[in-house]
Amino acid sequence: MSITGAPAAAMAVALAQDPVQPRHPWDALVAALNEFYRRALGLPEQASTIAPTIDHLHYFQITVMFAVAGVIGIVTTVFVFRYRRRAPDQIGRRVDVPHTVEVPLYTGLFALFMLFWIIGFRQFTSLELPPGDALDVYVSAKQWVWKFAYAEGPTSVGVLYVPAGRPVRLRLTSRDVIHSFFVPAFRIKRDAVPGMYTAIWFEAVRPGRYPVLCAELCGVGHSRMRAEVVVLSPQAFDDWRQGRPALPPPDAAAATPDAGRVSGLEPVDRLVELGRAAAARHGCLGCHSVDGSPGQGPTWLNLFGARETMQTGEVIYVNAAYITQSMMDPEAEIVAGFPPIMPSFQGRITPAETAAIIEYMKALSPAPGLRRGREYAPVGGAPAGAAGAAGAQPPPAGGATTGAPGAANVQVPAGSTRAAPPQHRPADPGHEEER
Amino acid sequence: MSTTATAPRPAGARPGQERSYLGVETTIRSWLATTDHKRIGLLFLIATAAALALGGSLALAMRLELLTPEPLFMDDLAYNRLFTLHGVIMVWLFMIPVIPASFGNFLLPLMIGARDVAFPRLNLASVYVYLAGAAVVLGGILASGADTGWTFYPPYSTTTPTAVVPVLLGVFILGVSSTMTGINFIVTTHTLRTRGMHWSRLPLFVWTLYGTSIIIVLATPVLGISLLLVAADHAFGLGMFDPARGGDPILFQHIFWFYSHPAVYIMILPAMGVITEVVTTFARKNLFSYGAMVVATLGIAFIGFLTWGHHMFTAGMSTFDVAAFGALSMFVAIFSAIKVFNWVATLYGGAIAVSVPLLYLFGFLFLFSVGGMTGVAQASTSLDVHWHDTYFIVAHFHFIMVGGTMMAYLAALHYWFPKMFGRLYSERWATAAAALVIGGFILTFSPQFWLGNAGMPRRYHTYPAEYQTLHVISTVGSWAITGGLVLTLVYLIVALRRGRPAGPNPWGSAAFEWQTPSPPPRENYITPPVIDRGPYDYHPPQQEHEDHG
Repeated sequence: MSITGAPAAAMAVALAQDPVQPRHPWDALVAALNEFYRRALGLPEQASTIAPTIDHLHYFQITVMFAVAGVIGIVTTVFVFRYRRRAPDQIGRRVDVPHTVEVPLYTGLFALFMLFWIIGFRQFTSLELPPGDALDVYVSAKQWVWKFAYAEGPTSVGVLYVPAGRPVRLRLTSRDVIHSFFVPAFRIKRDAVPGMYTAIWFEAVRPGRYPVLCAELCGVGHSRMRAEVVVLSPQAFDDWRQGRPALPPPDAAAATPDAGRVSGLEPVDRLVELGRAAAARHGCLGCHSVDGSPGQGPTWLNLFGARETMQTGEVIYVNAAYITQSMMDPEAEIVAGFPPIMPSFQGRITPAETAAIIEYMKALSPAPGLRRGREYAPVGGAPAGAAGAAGAQPPPAGGATTGAPGAANVQVPAGSTRAAPPQHRPADPGHEEER
Repeated sequence: MSTTATAPRPAGARPGQERSYLGVETTIRSWLATTDHKRIGLLFLIATAAALALGGSLALAMRLELLTPEPLFMDDLAYNRLFTLHGVIMVWLFMIPVIPASFGNFLLPLMIGARDVAFPRLNLASVYVYLAGAAVVLGGILASGADTGWTFYPPYSTTTPTAVVPVLLGVFILGVSSTMTGINFIVTTHTLRTRGMHWSRLPLFVWTLYGTSIIIVLATPVLGISLLLVAADHAFGLGMFDPARGGDPILFQHIFWFYSHPAVYIMILPAMGVITEVVTTFARKNLFSYGAMVVATLGIAFIGFLTWGHHMFTAGMSTFDVAAFGALSMFVAIFSAIKVFNWVATLYGGAIAVSVPLLYLFGFLFLFSVGGMTGVAQASTSLDVHWHDTYFIVAHFHFIMVGGTMMAYLAALHYWFPKMFGRLYSERWATAAAALVIGGFILTFSPQFWLGNAGMPRRYHTYPAEYQTLHVISTVGSWAITGGLVLTLVYLIVALRRGRPAGPNPWGSAAFEWQTPSPPPRENYITPPVIDRGPYDYHPPQQEHEDHG
């Protein structure tokens, strides 16, 4: 293993050391190696306390693996060249080796494997055992939404609010089939199983927003069952838990300094922006697209003011009253062709937010005379806005080809407030969703 | 190699025109109602190749669909059906039967000096049971196709409106077919070895078929139980796995993986046997350590039964179980490492001819090593939490299944093609195809390790946009694999018609199956051979060669 010498030694140090110890000559090297490996392996940022530890084991193993694969490749090549057949009837030399040659090799390899396992399983147990002061959040999954409930304070759909620097224990269950709660940036994953509670914990290290993905096949909406973790500063988290709408995390807050302070007295444009933020925050955009693409629920593009046929056969106009009713008692009247899966937002959404979301939907539905042909995002260029799941970010007009610059490693699925305000992209009447 | 095993050889000038198994009868009935193990092997070879073509086409469509983060030409449900059927077809219609039922059937009696397998009519029945199972599965596809993934996890599989039941029943029937083959191989190996064929002289391919057969016979009934219970849950609301009725969805995962993890070794053990045969023939020397290889084969077959829980580290299993299954998985890894070490060490001191089967062996060695070592990394439990159900897992098991079993399948095809048909294929085209397949494989599946690291879950129809580059590379690789396989099909068919005659032993191998004409006569050996040496013994006492390596 001479090839692995230096990195492996550094790794061993990294594994042994607590990252917040005082400066040590190794620290700079460990940090540089950590960043090098993380980027080379394509790992997401390390946003939880456990992530660097697990990654270090990953680096250790990948280095050993490359070394072993390299040795196999080199030895095979050398043998094939050195012992190539020189005459058609040549036969090989009979090699009889005492078994004692093999035993040390296998013993050494097995010791190495068990070392991996010992380190790995110790990490696994630390993933299993939360500190005693962990904040409990109850996670319930259903097709294809994540819901989060706190022992005290509000609940949320599609967005998990947690404080930075404090352990959070998730207790997961499912209301229908098996789902799996996966936060790549935290290196955690745990199945949500109907009929039982599973648990996992993490401690986020800094405020930010991190994607949540469902990792267990759960039906046609599986790949769109995304949510996000919003890590707030402890102060902002307390504010949010006491009923004040959460401030977006710092990066987004720069764009809308006092978003969330919905007073109902704002100018309409401001309300549209706040409505978009509220829709993202409450997870509406996970099911309702804003660009006409299909989703679990009707698209909001040109929905306001449209005529919709209910499952009962009744035809209604989508107006503020119907939208409000749908938010509070979604199963009262359902648009034909959609499953009855929307959760009620009664008590979870403030009246001001309701008004703002309605303004946002109005803005997405300009009067028919103003509708023009539909704009398409360049293929492969701006898919962030091209579908219901990521529908919170309509591609900026002018065809920017990537998502928000400097966004987290995985595209924030729902409701990044960093993008430019929505372009009210009118659609041609033929695309009007009459589903 | 004039041992007593070569009884037909002294008259060696016979150009293979005596009544080979291909020429004794040529009617369609003589093929479809044959009890000749060689013809049955060929029937399975054709059927499994068709399954490979079908499963491969589904994979191509899937890779094409994944070119863009958003849907390209199908909807979510169609995509879910696609990967389910790809998995079901590749696992049960191709990967499990391919080497045992085609090459195993063809070669097992030849290798142990028998005239046929122990139960020839059961053998014929296994073909038709396989075809019946395939028909039921394909009927389910035409009905509406399952969308549960090949793992059929309840409660999703018990509530989905798609046609899960025919697919489950079809897989059940396929299990019956492979059990028939397994029983046949075990009894054949025990009772029909020719004189002098001690257990210590069995070719490694026979040992691996034996180990595989034991796994098949012991594990397949458990698969049958779990599939029937899911079918009953789905069709009659039995509630076995439905928590709303007091059932337990995790229970299903335990019994499903109790079969389906050993099934991995059903697929890979015969592949390891093929690789052992190829490396000894093309290095023309004895195996580095025959004993270690046999112990490793049986060790994998046994320990393979005790590692199923490593598919469930994040499923809500007890922490103790996680520890136990992680550690037990390391034992399987060490047995596999013994094998890799032996293959490489066998090359030492050999007289190596780099021929097409050996190219696939190199592909196997490298890809299987990477696949195996990523398996070790997963067995260290904490890393698997991040990787579980991501593309990392997809890459890992394709390195084992495609990089392992497919490479061995292609090595076997090129190694035994002259044995089966008495003709040689074009080395040049075959080399080009091998380069395409192996290069395409690396291009297709390596990017998926990075995708998994970045957190891309498997079975995702749509995905975040920044994964697109890696997906595009992967899709391009799938075209290269397809090109290589189509090319292989073409030049092998050409070789069937116009290939040069191979002669009985074109590779100059000491292995027993080459000590009879190629293609072999109906009765395999004119007179029953008597074995007086090991299968890889190139140095019978009377002819000592000095090496000049």
